Amino acid sequence: MITQKPIFYAGLLALIIVLPFLFPTYGVQLAAMWLMIIVAMTWDMTGGQMGYNSLGNIFFYGTGMYVAALVFIGFSHDIGQYTDASGGGSFQFTDAQYFTGLFLGLIAAGFFCAVSAVVIGMLIFGLRGPYFAIGTLAVAIAAGELVSNWDWVGGGQGIALPIYPGDIDVGKKFFYFMFAGLGVSVFIFLKWLYTTRFGAAINAIRDDEEKAEAMGIHTMWYKLTTWAISAFFVGIAGGLSAFQLIHFEPLESAYQTINLGIFMVVCVLLGGKGTLWGPVIGAIVFHLFKEITWAYLLGWQWVALGGLIVVTVVYFQDGFMGWLKHQKPEWFGIRVEDSSTGKAGTAE
Amino acid sequence: MNQIFSNISLLFEFPVVNISILLEGLMIGSLFALSAYGLALVWGVMNVKNLAQGDFVVAGGYVSWFFSQYGMHPLFGVPLAFVIMWGIGWVIYKTVISRVIERDLFTSLLATFGLAIMMAQLMNLMFGSDTQSIKLEFETLYFFDDFVSIPIAKLIGVIMALSLAAAVITFMKTSRMGQAIRATAQDARAARVMGIDTEKIYAFTFSLNSAICGAAGAIIVMVWLIQPFYGITYSIRAFVIVTAAGLGNLPGVIAAGLGIGALEQYGSHIFGIGYQQAIAVLLLLFVLFIRLLQQRRSRQALR
Repeated sequence: MITQKPIFYAGLLALIIVLPFLFPTYGVQLAAMWLMIIVAMTWDMTGGQMGYNSLGNIFFYGTGMYVAALVFIGFSHDIGQYTDASGGGSFQFTDAQYFTGLFLGLIAAGFFCAVSAVVIGMLIFGLRGPYFAIGTLAVAIAAGELVSNWDWVGGGQGIALPIYPGDIDVGKKFFYFMFAGLGVSVFIFLKWLYTTRFGAAINAIRDDEEKAEAMGIHTMWYKLTTWAISAFFVGIAGGLSAFQLIHFEPLESAYQTINLGIFMVVCVLLGGKGTLWGPVIGAIVFHLFKEITWAYLLGWQWVALGGLIVVTVVYFQDGFMGWLKHQKPEWFGIRVEDSSTGKAGTAE
Repeated sequence: MNQIFSNISLLFEFPVVNISILLEGLMIGSLFALSAYGLALVWGVMNVKNLAQGDFVVAGGYVSWFFSQYGMHPLFGVPLAFVIMWGIGWVIYKTVISRVIERDLFTSLLATFGLAIMMAQLMNLMFGSDTQSIKLEFETLYFFDDFVSIPIAKLIGVIMALSLAAAVITFMKTSRMGQAIRATAQDARAARVMGIDTEKIYAFTFSLNSAICGAAGAIIVMVWLIQPFYGITYSIRAFVIVTAAGLGNLPGVIAAGLGIGALEQYGSHIFGIGYQQAIAVLLLLFVLFIRLLQQRRSRQALR
């Protein structure tokens, strides 16, 4: 098992790299799958590992979109005039402006979201369980409603960004590799994080916060840091989506509470909460399900998705990894006679 | 910004406008209180936080609207929505809710969220995404030199809401079933020991909640608008009210319901109609925050 691991990861990496060349027509969908993986993995940081089920992580996605777009525009033009003309043809971006603005925007989106996670977290981390979920949901809905009334950032019409300069196919691959790079970085980062003392601390918060605090763990600091990290990545992913989508508006695409905001939770539940691979597998399965229902069940796709949520939550809550853990405990190092191998799966 | 100030100064220049806004808010608030009472009932009895609450309201409205298209008088829509939503609530209880009662609270929250998405979309497919309402052929009463207008339809709606609330409360206080429900809410295990079939109580309570919401929706469609995707804001409002008032606090639920109705009307008068949904949601955050501060004094978390 140990010797096979590097081969497995190398093969996976190779697959990630060749995938957009194998299926060139599905570039956008593949990038969307990475987006789903990223938001699911980051949701699992608070939801699965720390036990704080947020329904409002979509707030960081939308905020990341807006911050990235505004920084991008503000780098080259006046934001108020740009949104007034709703991105009309009179505003040109050179290639250098496009890429510098894009990277500055993504970095700004990440840090802005991390800071706002700390601020919001300080206000609402005293809430537990369902109150936390409802509170975060309220933050996301309120943000969407407020932004849609704010004319300076385009109001209900949203913002239109320039398309990728250069060839369209190259643009698709560019965004695919941006998303894939971000996703792989998040995965590696989390794989490392969950083995550290930090990972143990947030698991302790999930299992019993009072006891964790009594043991001397500064729970508030850990909660804020975890949420800020997850917000940082979601913010960057949101910023990337803004450039990929070209046009976005507040309620349906940026603060899409009932779309992506709930999908990320379902992905994690489908794959298995509190595991490293669970969100990844769940996101891939869910994305395939979503694309297939979108393609073949026109009009009924939402009913199918709502049904999937209900069925997952009611009947299959341990998810794929939970099921696998039950079937093959030795794969997770849960063995009585040999406890030295692979501790990653023994979080429960 | 200037618009906001001129809107505020309008309230002081013409005090009668206040009466008009307040009345409107109280009328709507009485309907919010009704659905919040149902939420508090389910929350208290079976510890399920129902995020599909608002979609029950909207579904009740569509039941009434649908049959009024075929010539039924809209006033009969209220009892009809009550009965039909009772049935729908029972089916939902048997298929979904009964399996999440024993689980942790986030499970019920997420399961009902999935239900909410499904219901909203089914209504969208069945009735279309346009806003709908029923026009009642009643006169409008005018007071204070026509500054305050009260359509009799709204008055009837409020009276129906009040009588429904009174009926439900009397039922809960006096009947044998109501007693059993209250006993289950206090201690389900003890109730089971005393020979109460708690499974039946749960099914009854959830159906009752759904029916109350349905009737409230049938009233709302007469005095206001419904749309398939309006559900979530009604759910949020119900959560605001219950969170502010606490469980099992009937006067509190009524007061909070009327209060949020009035606040929303004032808010949308001052900031513009576009902010109406945002105000409902921000009120929830505000209430949660206040409750949090109260708990923090005793070093406890709000759970």
